[in-house]
Amino acid sequence: VSVQTGPVQVTGEVLSIKRAGAYHHLTLVATGVAERFRPGTFVSLAIGGAMSDRVLRRPLPVYRVRPTGAYGGTLESVFEATDPATSWLAALPAGSPVQVVGPLGRPFALPKEAVTCVLVAEGCASAPMFALAERLRERGCPVHMLLGAATEARLFGALEARRATRGVTVTTGDGSVGLASDVVDPLPDLLTRTHAEVVYAAGPTAMLHAVARAAETHGAWSQTAVEVTAGCGTGLCLSCVLPVVGEDGVTRMVRGCAEGPVFRGDRVRWDDVGRVPEDARGAS
Amino acid sequence: VTTAPRTPPGPDLRTDVAGLRLPNPVMTAAGCGGPELAAYSDLAALGAVVTRTVTLDPRAGAPAPRLAETASGVLGAVGRQNPGLQGFLATELPWYVQRQVRTVVSIGAGSLGEYAELARRVGTAPGVTAVEVQLTATDAYQTGKVLHVVRRDLPHDIPVLAKLGATGGDVVDLASAAAQNGADAVVVSQGFPGLVMDPRTLRPALGAGAGWLSGPAIHPLALRQVWDIHAALPDVPVIGVGGIRTGLDALGMLLAGACAVQVGSALFQDPSSATRVLDELAGELAERDIDRVSDVIGLAHDLERSRR
Repeated sequence: VSVQTGPVQVTGEVLSIKRAGAYHHLTLVATGVAERFRPGTFVSLAIGGAMSDRVLRRPLPVYRVRPTGAYGGTLESVFEATDPATSWLAALPAGSPVQVVGPLGRPFALPKEAVTCVLVAEGCASAPMFALAERLRERGCPVHMLLGAATEARLFGALEARRATRGVTVTTGDGSVGLASDVVDPLPDLLTRTHAEVVYAAGPTAMLHAVARAAETHGAWSQTAVEVTAGCGTGLCLSCVLPVVGEDGVTRMVRGCAEGPVFRGDRVRWDDVGRVPEDARGAS
Repeated sequence: VTTAPRTPPGPDLRTDVAGLRLPNPVMTAAGCGGPELAAYSDLAALGAVVTRTVTLDPRAGAPAPRLAETASGVLGAVGRQNPGLQGFLATELPWYVQRQVRTVVSIGAGSLGEYAELARRVGTAPGVTAVEVQLTATDAYQTGKVLHVVRRDLPHDIPVLAKLGATGGDVVDLASAAAQNGADAVVVSQGFPGLVMDPRTLRPALGAGAGWLSGPAIHPLALRQVWDIHAALPDVPVIGVGGIRTGLDALGMLLAGACAVQVGSALFQDPSSATRVLDELAGELAERDIDRVSDVIGLAHDLERSRR
């Protein structure tokens, strides 16, 4: 069995787009992506169709993949329409061709032993956590999930999480479902209770920072997936950089799309994300 | 014994850039990719690859956001993020050389001394096809001085390509100054200075404030610069870059007088676009029964003259 690695560039086809609360659940036929997918990797889509003169692609995290099916390999993604590009995507009729590159980036690192893991995510950033939970369970890792959002409509996968994990904690900012709190607030107690050794997290920068801090306090490893900004997704444009400390102790501006999107939480200089620290060096 | 089916030979795509013989005229542009492109294109089959602009010291680059999408383009201010010359010579350049990629090293500096040192050190590295000088100067005097220094300190068998500064003024003056001071060819255009507002913060969208516009939006502007330089200085080889995303765009640059083209921001949208543009260019020529790329370089000038 040959292991297929690296991204493919293919013309995909929209199989369906369904509403999922505040989000859109896209299913694409995209040959070759599923075989190469590992949880945490993402795809980059061209926007606007064949006549488009848009230069920038949109990166989408991958919810799940199916290598074979009635239509060939498919991938699914859950995203929010936040700008004209993602709104265009959300309005695509079934059968529309879409240019796909992927899977891209570095996946979540999996523990070698069957240790307890906590998966934390905010909003639709939870989507990639389900494929991760499956991989972890295959390795015998007990999995707990902590999902949060501002409102119930902005939660994604709370029901699926109950099926997929040993325990689920849900928070909403407005208390419409679950605990009325920030998603990270219950994390310290959860880490104490479960003796988790690894925390996986996906969501906005401030949330990832809080997760990395809580993990460090509890002596757990953290694997944080940053949001890749619009650009190329393929490591070319150097627009999605953030300051990350290397093994040599040197801070470098590295690409969220190529060196990430998953980083060790204790390596990212969270307070400096969005800036270029004085001591940062060039990379790539 | 089987006989392979004979496919009719395609157009002869070979081109000559100031004595530099390339198998075809399609290159990648500075700052729009590097070894990452190998996942999508056979880089050794392209005319050449132009590296990200290398500076003497490592550069961490500009704060985020570095790109803002515009109508048919993108405004960028990356701030020349790069690992510095030492890092580049140790890792990226050998990577290209090993794969027999024709490599044009783009260099950028803030002083004549830095340009000189870059030229000396790049010039002694093995496997450099040419050097492209990323100029920030927008006047002929400074442009000439930089080219003089680079030409002086680079071995003479390495061609110097001058990527002229983004100017609102007369690009022919810059091209002339570059050529008179030792540039073997000129490259136009860099991105054009521009600005985008962020509707949320009500401030300029880029972390650096202003930036440079590239993409299809600037294609006619770049084409005009190629046209003007070729008309005024027909003996100066010109490389056309700016918003090229199809074979027809590339053909337009050749017709205007470019002897080669570079694909830039189109690579962001389609990482295999340099290969696609090359294939499409061959198709555009074949469709018009044109046998050689060299037959169309500057052809539009001749056709315009004969019309009058």
